[in-house]
Amino acid sequence: MAARDYDDVPGTYVLDSRQYRRGYHLNMFLMTLNRAECRDEFAADEMAYLAKFKITEEQKQAVQARDYLEMLKLGANVYYTFKLVSHDKNPPQVMYGKMSDPELSFDEFQQMMINGGRPIEGNRSKSEQKESR
Amino acid sequence: MMAKILAGMGTSHVPGVGAAMDNGKTDEPYWQTLFKGFEPLRAWHRDNVPDVNIIVFNDHATSYSLDGYSTFTIGVAEEFQPADEGWGPRKVPVVKGHPELAWHLVEQLMAEEFDMAVAGSLDVDHGLTVPLSIAYDQPDEWPADVVPLCVNVIQHPLPTAARCFKLGQAIGRAVASFDQDISVGIWGTGGLSHQLGGERAGVVNPEFDTAFLDNLVNNPQANAALSHTDFIREAGCEGVEMIMWNVMRGALNDKVSEAYRFYHIPVSATAYGAIILENS
Repeated sequence: MAARDYDDVPGTYVLDSRQYRRGYHLNMFLMTLNRAECRDEFAADEMAYLAKFKITEEQKQAVQARDYLEMLKLGANVYYTFKLVSHDKNPPQVMYGKMSDPELSFDEFQQMMINGGRPIEGNRSKSEQKESR
Repeated sequence: MMAKILAGMGTSHVPGVGAAMDNGKTDEPYWQTLFKGFEPLRAWHRDNVPDVNIIVFNDHATSYSLDGYSTFTIGVAEEFQPADEGWGPRKVPVVKGHPELAWHLVEQLMAEEFDMAVAGSLDVDHGLTVPLSIAYDQPDEWPADVVPLCVNVIQHPLPTAARCFKLGQAIGRAVASFDQDISVGIWGTGGLSHQLGGERAGVVNPEFDTAFLDNLVNNPQANAALSHTDFIREAGCEGVEMIMWNVMRGALNDKVSEAYRFYHIPVSATAYGAIILENS
C-alpha cells in the first residue's frame, strides 16, 4: 500500500485503509463491547469470547495483556480500544499513559496534561523528534 | 417568513466533561476552571434558545463502525436515544429531532450535489450529547430540537476541510429556503488539538488552536485550506475533528461577531475550546 504524507508523524496510528484491513476483526470484536450482554460474556471467559472472532494469536495476546500500544500496532483504532478500557472501569488516562513513550503512570500522564500537555515542538515529525532527543 | 440561522457555536465534545457532570464532580479542583469558563456560554444560551440546533458531530465507533460509516449523515428521526458507548448510556434527556427541517436539508443538499446519507434511527454518543450538556447544563428536557449531522472524521479517507466548509455554506442556503418561521443554531463540535492514540498521546498545540479560532472569525477560508496531514501533524491525530467547525462556520454569514471564546488545557488529553459566533 502506498506511503502517506503523515507516515513521518511519530507515534501516530491513522485509521486508513492499511490500518482498517490489518485490524478489521480486532476492531469489530472491540465494537461488541458496546453491548452489555457481550461485556458480560467477555468478562466470564475472555479467551472463549475472543475465539469467536477471526483475530490473530498476537492480537488475542495483546488484548489479554491490555497492551494497548501493541493493539494499535496490530490494527486497532483508539476509539475502539476505549471500549476495552471502559470495560475494565479504567479512566482513559491509564491507556494514554501506557501507550506513551516513555510509558507514564496515570498520575504522570495527568500531570503532563495539567502542565500544558505534550509539547508539539519536537513531535511533529520523526526527524524533528530525533533532533530534539 | 423563512427559517433563519441566528448563531453558531464551536465546542469540544470530550466525554469526560459529560462524565464529570453525570457523576457530580464539577466542583473538584480539576474541573473548576472549565465549568467556571462555561458560565458566560451558558448565560448566552439561556438568552438565545433557538427552535432547532443543527449539531455537527461525529460518531465514535458507537452507532457506526468499520461495517459502514457514511461521510455525511443526517438524522431524520423524531427522537434520538443516548447511546451505550461501552459504559452504559448517559442519563441525559432523549434528543428530540426535527424531521421537517432534517428532510428539507437532505433534499436541498442533494440538489446541491452533497450526497447525504439518511439515518432513520441513530443512537447519539458523547459527540452530540456532551455539547448539549455544556450549553444547557442538566435540564429535564433539552430546550431545543436537534438535527444531528454526523461527519466521518475517524475512518480515512475523510471529507476535506474545504468540503466541510462548502457543506456548511449549502446548509446556510438550505435553512434560508425553509418555509417555516423558526430560528436555527448550528454547532460544530470536536477538537481542539488532541491525540488519544500512540506514543505521542497527549500532544496539544495552543498556537495552532489560537490561529484556527482567529481564522474562524475573520478568515475561514484559511481553515478550509488546511489538509488532513496539517491537522494530524500540528493538532494531533484526533485534532482533525476540527474540520467539523468548518461546517458550522460555512453556514454563517461572511461577517460574524465573536460573542464568546474560551480555551483551557487540559480536559482529559485534550485542549478544550469553545466559541460563539453571531451572524452580523
